[in-house]
Amino acid sequence: MGRIRQHQTQDEALLFERSSPGKIGYQLPRMDVPETDPLEALGAKLVRNDVAGFPEVSEVEVIRHFTRLSTWNYAIDLGLYPLGSCTMKYNPRLNEAVARIEGIIDAHPYQPECLAQGLLRIQRTLEMYLADITGMDAVTLQPAAGAHGELTGLLLIRAYLESRGNARRTVLIPDSAHGTNPATAAIAGYEVREITSNRRGMIDVEAMRAMVDGSVAALMVTNPNTVGIFEQDIAQVAGLLHEHGAQLYMDGANMNALVGVARPGEFGVDVMHLNLHKTFSTPHGGGGPGAGPVAVRRHLEPFLPVPRIQSTSEGLRFDSNRPSSIGRVRAFYGNFGVLVRALAYILAHGGDGLRNATVDAVLNANYVRKGLEGHFDLPYDAPSMHECIFSDALQAKHGVKTGEIAKRLIDYGFHPYTVSFPLIVRGALMIEPTETESKRELDEFVEAMQAIASEVKADRDLVRKAPVTTRTSRVDETRAARRPTVIWNDDGRN
Amino acid sequence: MRYLPKSPAERAEMLATLGLDSIEDLFASIPEPLRQGSSLAIPAGQSEYEIREYFEARARESGRGYACFLGAGAYNHYRPVVVDSIATRGEFLTAYTPYQAEISQGVLTTIFEFQTMVAQLTGMDVANASMYDGSTAVPEAGMMAVRITRRERLLVSRALHPEYRQVLDTYYQRQELPADTVAFDPETGQLDLADLEAKLAPDVAAVILQTPNFFGIVEDVREAAELAHRNGALLVVVFSEAASLGLLAPPSEADIVAGELQSFAHPPSFGGPYVGILATKQRYIRQMPGRLVGQTLDSHGRRAFCLTLATREQHIRRAKATSNICTNQALVALMATVYMALMGKRGLRELAEQNLSKAHFLASALQASGAELRFSGPFFNEFVARPTRRSANEVNELALRSNVIGGLELVRFFPELEGTLLVCATETSTREAMERYATCFRRKPDG
Amino acid sequence: MEYPVEFRYTEEHEWVKIEQYTATVGITHHAQDQLGDVVFVELPAIGAKLQAGSPFGAVESVKAVSDIYAPISGDVTAVNEDLLDAPEKINDDPHGEGWLVRMTVFDGAEIQGLMDAQKYAEYVAAETVG
Repeated sequence: MGRIRQHQTQDEALLFERSSPGKIGYQLPRMDVPETDPLEALGAKLVRNDVAGFPEVSEVEVIRHFTRLSTWNYAIDLGLYPLGSCTMKYNPRLNEAVARIEGIIDAHPYQPECLAQGLLRIQRTLEMYLADITGMDAVTLQPAAGAHGELTGLLLIRAYLESRGNARRTVLIPDSAHGTNPATAAIAGYEVREITSNRRGMIDVEAMRAMVDGSVAALMVTNPNTVGIFEQDIAQVAGLLHEHGAQLYMDGANMNALVGVARPGEFGVDVMHLNLHKTFSTPHGGGGPGAGPVAVRRHLEPFLPVPRIQSTSEGLRFDSNRPSSIGRVRAFYGNFGVLVRALAYILAHGGDGLRNATVDAVLNANYVRKGLEGHFDLPYDAPSMHECIFSDALQAKHGVKTGEIAKRLIDYGFHPYTVSFPLIVRGALMIEPTETESKRELDEFVEAMQAIASEVKADRDLVRKAPVTTRTSRVDETRAARRPTVIWNDDGRN
Repeated sequence: MRYLPKSPAERAEMLATLGLDSIEDLFASIPEPLRQGSSLAIPAGQSEYEIREYFEARARESGRGYACFLGAGAYNHYRPVVVDSIATRGEFLTAYTPYQAEISQGVLTTIFEFQTMVAQLTGMDVANASMYDGSTAVPEAGMMAVRITRRERLLVSRALHPEYRQVLDTYYQRQELPADTVAFDPETGQLDLADLEAKLAPDVAAVILQTPNFFGIVEDVREAAELAHRNGALLVVVFSEAASLGLLAPPSEADIVAGELQSFAHPPSFGGPYVGILATKQRYIRQMPGRLVGQTLDSHGRRAFCLTLATREQHIRRAKATSNICTNQALVALMATVYMALMGKRGLRELAEQNLSKAHFLASALQASGAELRFSGPFFNEFVARPTRRSANEVNELALRSNVIGGLELVRFFPELEGTLLVCATETSTREAMERYATCFRRKPDG
Repeated sequence: MEYPVEFRYTEEHEWVKIEQYTATVGITHHAQDQLGDVVFVELPAIGAKLQAGSPFGAVESVKAVSDIYAPISGDVTAVNEDLLDAPEKINDDPHGEGWLVRMTVFDGAEIQGLMDAQKYAEYVAAETVG
């Protein structure tokens, strides 16, 4: 008997290693025009031989290759994906179908406006609904992602303050914030000053009072914040900023806790972004594409990026003639295909349905929190909204950290929670179940976490070796970073 | 609601577990005055059928069944069905950024293949996991050049896609960094090298040019690179039509390549989502923005992949990060990867040759019917035509009546090019449709 | 862990060894332990002028970046180029082969403000508990 090898579905080679000259996976239509000689049309200097190293494989190999690789992924379609602040909820398949309707998927961004009325209406309707949800006055759909929305938002603030004479110097950011907040502030040309959270995990209004002066352009705040807690003093914070002519920016990453329950526009927010790939269920797709619409109060509207959608007697049109605008933040009109999916999600829920989804999201997070209390350390006891944050303090005593607990969770068939974030909690476990999890799935997750807590005490090496049930065992990230190999070369199989 | 997997009894049971009487109690931490007073004005939830009908109706209000000769940064190429059958697999569609490498090898491996193929196409050493789109990849490349050279000024070709240039202006002006434009030669449509040479100064961080440029004209990257490098500046080469890379010499003389891969199996989709790329020389890898996947081993010594060099990024370096970018366009990048795999070395070449032939056929047909080519430089699948017997606007109005969407009227972006059209043909343009469009250039029949 | 008695230490966990008019600088055992596996080191150019207390480079692990601060003022005369290919030397031998830069000593008095080995060991112990 020969040596038993791993099944080929678990040992798929790279495309380049499957390649063999002359294999093809395509056939182009027959040419109906005379051929143009590239050398004649372009000259030898501008023409390449071939794309060296490019693969040559057949169609069936392509299907098998990617299908096999797909089975090495975890996904929402397989189970609970409780990454905190990422809002990994079910991605309805209808949304994929409507984004592919002919007339939508094949629309060219420069086709005449008379042939784009339906597409403009889709955007107009989504803008209106998002304004209703956020309690803001105007919405731009152009930013391609959350961080891109943040940049757009800060540029709006900058332009607004400049119009009043002074762009100011600093942006205040709580120490619990996402890394994109300070990175964005820096790119928008601001210095970042960090605000220390108080013992309840919230912004300390008194400490902040000492920091707000005429040099402060804005505060960027996430609400509920990254500890999953509603910032109870948000209205006072807004008042304090406005008193000093500063603006309140809200990172809407956690909007899944508020839709239909509270409107940021009603608690003093001047500008915010939404993550359609979080709250409005457009697929994360392994890291993108997303969309990060920005909603503003009336005073910031003149500065919104071009183009804006305008209603005229002849129908809807794009308006680029806006002298106060910050300009264009990306080509064309945003990630239109993502916008279509988000609108389909909103239509499916309706106003009351969106609120019900929020209720279930908060219910699920608190249910998980209840199940894990006592087994894991709870650093802040303020009530949780859509996510709950624990620390590894009880497990660290046994030498096991949050990252290792996360890897062990994989063996129980779940995707880990967010590890070591927010930074203000040492050894954080940040858990966001979302509303699209059944009670049964949550119960199994809680049981798994409790079992791991016991394992830490009984057999910590088991936890530290995890995962042991996956195709790929613990990956050596240090090796990858010390000598980075980011493209394939012939000696590929090391 | 069909997306919420709970029965009323389960909800009640869960509330009881929490010791709460009503769902309102879940929101006790939101101060009463901050809670929403009125319900949302969004109509009641709809069925799948109704929603489909809604979007079908919107699609009917838009253009369906037209032959389209628009390019200008968004191209109509044929999309093999295999692409969508892979991209709609839940394992790819519904996964997150692959932070947990042990259960994300699928997406990590495909990104590694993507990075490799982008590097091969562009003639660069390394490529990242993708950017939002071509237009936003340009300012990222510009800022990268500023970090590398510690200089500030950018020289930007006027033949760069005007919307890309506008995006660059938005990013750049707010940082109070200087940027100048370099003219294009009014005869050839190529970058005016004399103007470039005159404007190169010791504070120039990078020269940014596009090829094929916005007018479809292929640039001589080598000469621009020489001029830039002689002055200690970097050369950033931008492309918006990836199909050209099947035929054109790779811009290996560049230091950074930023571009748009929409042509590879992503539909125009009214402008997005697309997929930007950023590639560079090995020595600049740590100055790159965006996600990067690297090769390594698992604890059993088998090849594995993981996100790497994360210390460049916002979640670690925060205010000092190379960029605020967080996402990559993994799903669109996957579609491009599947497409590149299907096309392969030969397919990509053949595709590019078909595009070249179709565009040259169309150019001749328009010339024969009543147009002249505005520029003399070599072109790939787009060109600027000036109708000689009718106005550009008239030509397109007429075209619409025969179900043809004509080229882009360039006056929109270039006042000096009033009366011209940017026309694009791809492998999807049929001879019949091209001839139909050409007819619209003919002289009005008398009377 | 024994901290060499001939070294002086900063609160940012750098060590400095003075020999005549030259100082060698590195990060301490405790610093590398907190950081984990070092994957990359960013070092200044030879000739760079360092200001006591100002950052002059960075040490990176897979998921963290730590700025390195100059313990004293002076000009960089040598950098440890071995670290570019083998950053792990910082983990393996932080007080020896894992040194970062050599520099001139501009003001001998600056050294007075730094901790000796015993004080540093106490400082680390206190920080670890807190």
